[in-house]
Amino acid sequence: MVSYVKKRPLSPHLQIYKPQITSVLSITHRMTGIALALGFVGIAFWLFAVILGDEYYHPFLYFFSTSIGKLALIGWTWALFYHMCNGVRHLAWDAGYGFALKTVTWSGWLVVAASLIFTLVAWWFGACCGCYSCHCPATTGVTP
Amino acid sequence: MTFSTKGPVGRAKGLGSAHEGTTHWWLQRVTAVALLPLTLWFVISIAAVAGKEREVVISWFGDPLSAIALSTLMVAGIYHAVLGIQVVIEDYVSCEWRKLLFIWIVRFLGFFLSALAVVSTLVMVLIRFMGTD
Repeated sequence: MVSYVKKRPLSPHLQIYKPQITSVLSITHRMTGIALALGFVGIAFWLFAVILGDEYYHPFLYFFSTSIGKLALIGWTWALFYHMCNGVRHLAWDAGYGFALKTVTWSGWLVVAASLIFTLVAWWFGACCGCYSCHCPATTGVTP
Repeated sequence: MTFSTKGPVGRAKGLGSAHEGTTHWWLQRVTAVALLPLTLWFVISIAAVAGKEREVVISWFGDPLSAIALSTLMVAGIYHAVLGIQVVIEDYVSCEWRKLLFIWIVRFLGFFLSALAVVSTLVMVLIRFMGTD
């Protein structure tokens, strides 16, 4: 049984295959998924810290004010939008649409572009609402 | 007319080669669709409370409707993540007992984190309305 399992062919050899938009986006979907899962662990503990008190909440606040923290958050935002956009692409495939080689290529590039645009918009929105004096809808009602 | 993705034999046995039929695959899609609007709402929420004190976070997520949305997001998101990581483990871990062990650990972590998030959100509602802080 063991020798039979070991003799099974392996596929595909990533070191030999030339990177293509399809394969690169596919593995990126998986990697962003893992990054998002780790982020969910962080969010759960962040929510817990909010109810525990300032001594638990302030370290989070400090971490996200550092450049490493900000970079992690920007990276996570991009991962979120990438996984979301490519997820919609996957749902279209599940429904039986978009399998033509040309379509797969342009939908892939569309996902890349959309994820970057969504990330930019989200951070622009976040920067706009990062001040208490701002009157944008997101902060109305929560301004202390 | 009832719609089924299974063949006649599959319908009779109710199971596939993974002994669970299409449940895993299907739930991955159900949670994915649920997460689409919730994610957009969550990004807006985070943008609104990022870098602010606890009181702001509690007044945002402590609103009952927001608390329901946040709880749904966390449970659906963590469930989606558990299903996804299970596939990654099945693909890359060939040793059978390690594979099972990792999947067990990921599932336990998933239950724990869901409870942590839901309870924390509920307490935010309580703090907002009762001011136990």
